[in-house]
Amino acid sequence: MNGHVLLIEDEPNIIEAISFILSREGWRVDTHSQGSDAVEHVRRTGPDVLILDAMLPGRSGFDILRDLRDDPEMSALPILMLTARGQSKDREQAERAGVSRFMTKPFSNAEVLDAVRALSEA
Amino acid sequence: MVTLNTLAAFALAYVGLLFGVAFVAERAARRGRGRWLRAPLVYTLSLSIYCTAWTFYGAVGSAVRTGFEYLTIYLGPSLVMIGWWWVLRKLVLVGRSQRITSVADLISSRYGKSNLLGVGVTILALVGTTPYIALQLQSVTLSVGVFAHPGEAREAGDATALYVAMGLALFTVIFGTRNLDANERHHGVVMAIAVESVVKLTALLAVGVFVTWGVMGGIGGTLERIDASELGQVRMDGGRWVGLTLLSGMALLCLPRMFQVMVVENDSDAQLRVASWAFPLYLMLMSLFIVPIAVAGLELLPAGANPDLFVLTVPLSQGQDALAVLSFLGGFSSATSMVIVAAIAVSTMVSNHIVMPLWLRTRGPGASVSGDVRDVVMLSRRLSIIGVLLLGYLYYRTSGGGAALATIGLVSFVGISQVLPAMLGGLFWRGATHVGALAGLTVGFVLWLYTLFLPSFGEGVILPRAVFDAGLFGLGWLRPHALFGLEGLDPLMHALMWSIALNAVTFFAASLVSFPSPLERLQGAQFVSIELTPGPTRSWSGGPAEVEDLMIMTQRILGAGEAQALFAAEARRQGLEGNLPDPSPDFLETLERKLSGSVGAATAHAMVGQIVGGMSVSVEDLMAVADETAQMMEYSARLEAQSKELARTAAQLRSANDKLTRLSVQKDAFLSQISHELRTPMTSIRAFSEILRDGEGLSAEAASKYASIIHDEALRLTRLLDDLLDLSVLENGQVSLNVRSGLLSELLDRAIASARSDEDGQALRILRDPAAERVWISTDLDRLAQVFINLVSNARKYCDAPVPELRIRVGQAGGRLTVDFIDNGSGIAAEARDVIFEKFARVSDREAGGAGLGLAISRQIVTRLGGEISYLADEAGAAFRIELPLDIAMAAR
Repeated sequence: MNGHVLLIEDEPNIIEAISFILSREGWRVDTHSQGSDAVEHVRRTGPDVLILDAMLPGRSGFDILRDLRDDPEMSALPILMLTARGQSKDREQAERAGVSRFMTKPFSNAEVLDAVRALSEA
Repeated sequence: MVTLNTLAAFALAYVGLLFGVAFVAERAARRGRGRWLRAPLVYTLSLSIYCTAWTFYGAVGSAVRTGFEYLTIYLGPSLVMIGWWWVLRKLVLVGRSQRITSVADLISSRYGKSNLLGVGVTILALVGTTPYIALQLQSVTLSVGVFAHPGEAREAGDATALYVAMGLALFTVIFGTRNLDANERHHGVVMAIAVESVVKLTALLAVGVFVTWGVMGGIGGTLERIDASELGQVRMDGGRWVGLTLLSGMALLCLPRMFQVMVVENDSDAQLRVASWAFPLYLMLMSLFIVPIAVAGLELLPAGANPDLFVLTVPLSQGQDALAVLSFLGGFSSATSMVIVAAIAVSTMVSNHIVMPLWLRTRGPGASVSGDVRDVVMLSRRLSIIGVLLLGYLYYRTSGGGAALATIGLVSFVGISQVLPAMLGGLFWRGATHVGALAGLTVGFVLWLYTLFLPSFGEGVILPRAVFDAGLFGLGWLRPHALFGLEGLDPLMHALMWSIALNAVTFFAASLVSFPSPLERLQGAQFVSIELTPGPTRSWSGGPAEVEDLMIMTQRILGAGEAQALFAAEARRQGLEGNLPDPSPDFLETLERKLSGSVGAATAHAMVGQIVGGMSVSVEDLMAVADETAQMMEYSARLEAQSKELARTAAQLRSANDKLTRLSVQKDAFLSQISHELRTPMTSIRAFSEILRDGEGLSAEAASKYASIIHDEALRLTRLLDDLLDLSVLENGQVSLNVRSGLLSELLDRAIASARSDEDGQALRILRDPAAERVWISTDLDRLAQVFINLVSNARKYCDAPVPELRIRVGQAGGRLTVDFIDNGSGIAAEARDVIFEKFARVSDREAGGAGLGLAISRQIVTRLGGEISYLADEAGAAFRIELPLDIAMAAR
């Protein structure tokens, strides 16, 4: 049994796809699709790895990332950030804010699995 | 008995003395030891060239013929001198400050440096002076004749006149053209004529004293004899008295020779101040014994003796040879001094206004900068002097002497007085113009020629007798002695009155109707409002105060550092302690050059001149300053224009840059949006296709579901690309409209059916108004249908009512159609309404499959169709209105 992954993503098809591949490898996957209450949801569920979409309804993934890193309890949480905008400055912004991994959509399923595995073991 | 040889010896010795005096004076002046040369007394005595041989001899003759009338010739000038404060002072001051060289120069300068006026006045002066010179030559030959042929009033012969003329030419050439600058003082000449005036006064007084006490037995006896003589009986002509007084006063101001000694040779107001009482005194002394001599002559000499020579013949008849010789020298002095000064004055005019302009014209431009001008000017002056004297001599020869010359003095006076209106007007009236001066002078000159000068030769000599009797061209009112029918006047008074009056009136009137040129205006201002009480003049070798002034001025222009360095260096060079050098001419020149680099040559010259020379700034200087200032102003105006232009360009660039930045931001945002919209479906497609490929742990049901997700997302991508291309085409304006006519109801049917086929949507009830929809429209039906489809689909996707409804409302007015799409949902938030028509402006959180381009495309289409799409804020749900022309072709017209 692998650890607990929280996926915050608003695109239903993508939620379905990532949930499927992670569950198949034995991860427990929680999903959430709102930006506005995402930080509370992370605190409450306490995942081992967080997968965070950059563009969320209500609140941007970057803001959520910064809030989590400001929180001492969450500052060490491994966070994999996904974005569809594909601009290099997004990556820089995310890295400055303390993201653990940054990945541009579309990704291969293996990449996501490898990343989540690596992050959970680190 | 005095022999001719003795007389000649005396005359030669006297001339030698004059040469000596002139030479000594020139040398003293050159060595800077000539203070006494500028003594007011010398100035006053030099003015006495007013008393020519014509006055010396002629006054007695005049007294014999017309009694005390000769006094008027002294009275006019005396009045002018006594009243010097009003007219003379200004004339002299203007002459001094403007470096005026002659009457012609004065008039020409005042009226905008018009050489035409200069030439006119020169000709007037020449015509007026030539007979006068002839008169002097005649008087000398007559007086010599007295000694040569005792008892007869005969002239000594032409040889005498020629020798005299040549001698005078020599003297004048030597002492009259020593300096190039005609404005510089001719100290030698002035001193010589001062001596001459002493001689002539002494001679006349000596004869007078002899006659009064030696012949008539004292003052009492003299007065008795005067009363007894016919002189007492001569009736006084009041009109002539006033006229002659006026005339002689005017002549004093206008005569070229008087202008020369009075204005050109003047150094200071002090000279004028003394002359204002001393000169009338001199004239009074000159006139004191005229009547006694006249009475004595009438008594002692045989009837028919020439009264014009009484001054000589009375002493001779009494055996007083020495006195007669003195008297001869007095007359000789009167004649020569007048001729010398007149020759200098007139030759200056001829040279400056006729010869030099002609020479410069023949030489073309550039001649004035070549080095040989100095010699040419000298030569021109000298030739002019010789020419003037030659003219006088020729006139004397051709006029045959005699009676023709007797009246020429007054005739000349009237002629030269024609300058007066232009002169006084120029000094006191700013409104006087070049045109006025020229017109006045011309009228005066012509009238003078016609009514006085030409008739003076006698009837039938130049003007035919018929003209005198019947007038020119037989016009009675053009008779020279009765112009405009004014008869019974003395010819002289007649001519004086008409010429001066019409001259003045013409001058005044023409000045009023003409406009002065800028230069004239400036000159006029200079002349009329000249500072009448200038401060004490400072010499070039001034004290330290002057150097300090220079220093202060230089600092202002060059800056403190450079100015101090310049002055200190000069002080070191001069071997002086401290930082202030002597203002040596060399240094001043250096300074001027230095300053001219900053402020222009003319300004620098004027500034240095103001401080050092104490000289007033000439109009040329001012004009040059004005030119420089104008150039600087033009330059700075150009700079200002350029800087404005630059600022404008910079603003344009800035705004262009802002626009580009904004566009760039928008483009980035747009690309980022497109990227997101493309990558999101691609992510699903890739993820699920990998899941399907691996096939691991996948139920058939799930596989089918995932396959259909892939299918849907592929369609979504296709739609997105279609929309993007569509929008791009619409935005770039490369749309060709396919205009057809159709029924609105059918179009709506098609659009609703099409929107329903979209599987994403929920069930939507559509409320329509079939009656209103029966409208024929002529437009691009397919494009309009696209808009309708978009609006219907939006309602299906976004209407959040439990039972979604869409009402389609149709209206028309004034050839325009409105179609409203109103749903029963919660509508669009007020703050979002502004952006809904922008690209990718999806306001709903709900994922509903659109890329957010629909409304943007719709707005583009409706705009193309000549209409508008707007959000209806007043409705409860989301409500859009499309408003467009029923017939797009009609609307376009």
